[in-house]
Amino acid sequence: MTPSGLRRRAARVLSRHGNLRLGLALGPPLTWLLVVYIGALVALLVTSLFRLVDDPTGLITKLDTTLGLDNYRRIWNTPVYGTVVWRTIRAAVTVTVVDGLLALPVAFYMAKVASPWARRGLVVAVTLPLWAGYLVKGYAWRALLDPAGGALKEVFGTSPGFGATSTILVLAYLWFPYMVIPLFAGFERLPNSYLEASTDLGAKAGRTFRSVALPQVFPALVAGSIFTFSLTLGDFYMNRIVGGTNEYIGNIIYRQFSVDLPFAAAYAMVPVAVMVVYLIAVRRTGALEEL
Amino acid sequence: MKRQRMAGLVIATALAVVIAGVTGAGIAGAAVGGQQKKIGKGEGALSVLAWPGYAENGSTDPSVDWVTPFEQATGCTTTVKTFGTSDEAFQLFNTGQFDVVSASGDSSLRSVANGDAAVINTKLLTNYSDIARYLKKQRWNTVAGKVYGVPQGWGANLLMSNDAVVKPAPTSWGVVFDKNSPYSGKVTAYDSPIYIADAALYLKSAKPSLKITDPYSLDRKQFNAAVALLKQQKGIVGEYWSDYLKEQEAFTKGSIVVGTTWQYVTNLVKADTTSPPVTAVVPKEGSTAWSDNWMVYRKSKHSNCAYQWLNWITKPDVQAQVAEWFGEAPANLKACTQTSDPAHCKTYGVDDAAFRKQLSYWTTPTKKCLDGRSVACVAYKDWAAAWDEIKAS
Repeated sequence: MTPSGLRRRAARVLSRHGNLRLGLALGPPLTWLLVVYIGALVALLVTSLFRLVDDPTGLITKLDTTLGLDNYRRIWNTPVYGTVVWRTIRAAVTVTVVDGLLALPVAFYMAKVASPWARRGLVVAVTLPLWAGYLVKGYAWRALLDPAGGALKEVFGTSPGFGATSTILVLAYLWFPYMVIPLFAGFERLPNSYLEASTDLGAKAGRTFRSVALPQVFPALVAGSIFTFSLTLGDFYMNRIVGGTNEYIGNIIYRQFSVDLPFAAAYAMVPVAVMVVYLIAVRRTGALEEL
Repeated sequence: MKRQRMAGLVIATALAVVIAGVTGAGIAGAAVGGQQKKIGKGEGALSVLAWPGYAENGSTDPSVDWVTPFEQATGCTTTVKTFGTSDEAFQLFNTGQFDVVSASGDSSLRSVANGDAAVINTKLLTNYSDIARYLKKQRWNTVAGKVYGVPQGWGANLLMSNDAVVKPAPTSWGVVFDKNSPYSGKVTAYDSPIYIADAALYLKSAKPSLKITDPYSLDRKQFNAAVALLKQQKGIVGEYWSDYLKEQEAFTKGSIVVGTTWQYVTNLVKADTTSPPVTAVVPKEGSTAWSDNWMVYRKSKHSNCAYQWLNWITKPDVQAQVAEWFGEAPANLKACTQTSDPAHCKTYGVDDAAFRKQLSYWTTPTKKCLDGRSVACVAYKDWAAAWDEIKAS
């Protein structure tokens, strides 16, 4: 059979069998989703229910694959692990609030005030840092923040140095575009006539922003916050670059990974749980439906 | 309905595959293999797991290369993977993907107990007799009379300080543990559970009432005292280091002015003309130290190449190259006449028995006290857990 004949026959079979067509189209991505994406999460969950058991010397540990909640109990009963969870959540909230406060005026200006040329320029300016790698930006900030002879110290005479504040500062910088872009889209969708109507009815700029613009872009704000919150929650390397001795959930997982894998897996479920709670809370506000 | 069942089946399959993978990794390695009888023809390939600097193939610096000559001499195509911490080394060696590893004392015994390390037939080693006696048959490379590790080199964990800032130059580890330290925020410490031994070593002389004899065999009370000291220390630490380049940068720029270091880092800082002057010493309490050993994977498929590697890396000329590049005292004493810096071995204290006497070499803490006491000691796993408490507190 000639190749073109084969192709024609395949086309005939496919055109007759709709399900086969659908299966071939959706099969690969669905397999990918289930095995790689869900599979990894399931593996994490299952691993977290295993535990390491000491041998008599206490030198090595053996994996015990009976399922149990020992690791979760250890997280619950060891104060330091709770402390780190709260510290990480606090940081994620702080980064989200800082980014939200900074991004609202910027996105509003971009969408409603700036000339088309300036708008294009601003979009490029906001997204440009995304072109540079995480580490490049991290180490650039390390050079800026260095308490001994960093740029901030040299120019302004002061620097927060390496510590918790610096980590939050740099993460807020890193995730800023993820907050601006959805907000920018949100403001663009907001009809100018709403703002004009509000002004015509006598509302001042502040009132218009609070009562008309903000409720309209709230879903976009929530979308941006999901990015900034979850990205901060999962970050650990910025602590190693500019965080001094500061540690988040991820730092503990990274260290425990090579010492006690099941425990690391259990601890990794904590941010997953936090995100699930966050998404449920977001859903309650109805913001997801309006996206 | 049908679609749901299908999805369920896929998830179940994924789960089964994943569980099989996870449990499989845990069971691996039960049988005990025999000793190598002779070095046969090379298998043509070798996979090396090493601390950065032990297996250079020219990729770091084109002029620094002792892997390529090895490949040419033996026909063993060598791949090198480096690791950052002993915990990582232990975990990677356990995967079975590597034929040899340069293990420090805080991971070597774990690899032996885990059944990953092969008993080494020292009769097959051409340079073994030239290796310093004080490194052979030690508790971190020999178990029950069987040799599992071939010494590569060793070095002390020194106290380095910035001469311009830290005056007078410190002679005690107290300077890095003092909670009222004038250098608060500019102190560094080594980022590994084994650093608990450094605190214990300090307490051994600072708090004699604890009766610490060996910083690697600590009973619960002694251990808790060391951990409490480290939690206090965290308040004055600016940054911990495990990547030596990070420490080098911090000392060069001046954000860190005092803390534990390796001779190698000191050399790098001193070689940098933009860096402030530094001094590194063994303080009066003595120092912890590391002694690295090459171990062979028990089920290595390239054991002939692995033995050829052992013989290559312990050759005097290669030892001299490694010692100068890595910054350590070579294990093979004949290397001392072949270093480009004739004073190298002197700098690192190779022939200095008095210097060595001040050192406590890293080993893996076990429940059975290593110093022979009958009480229960704290095992490495708890050291690792305590390190979390210290670092994240």
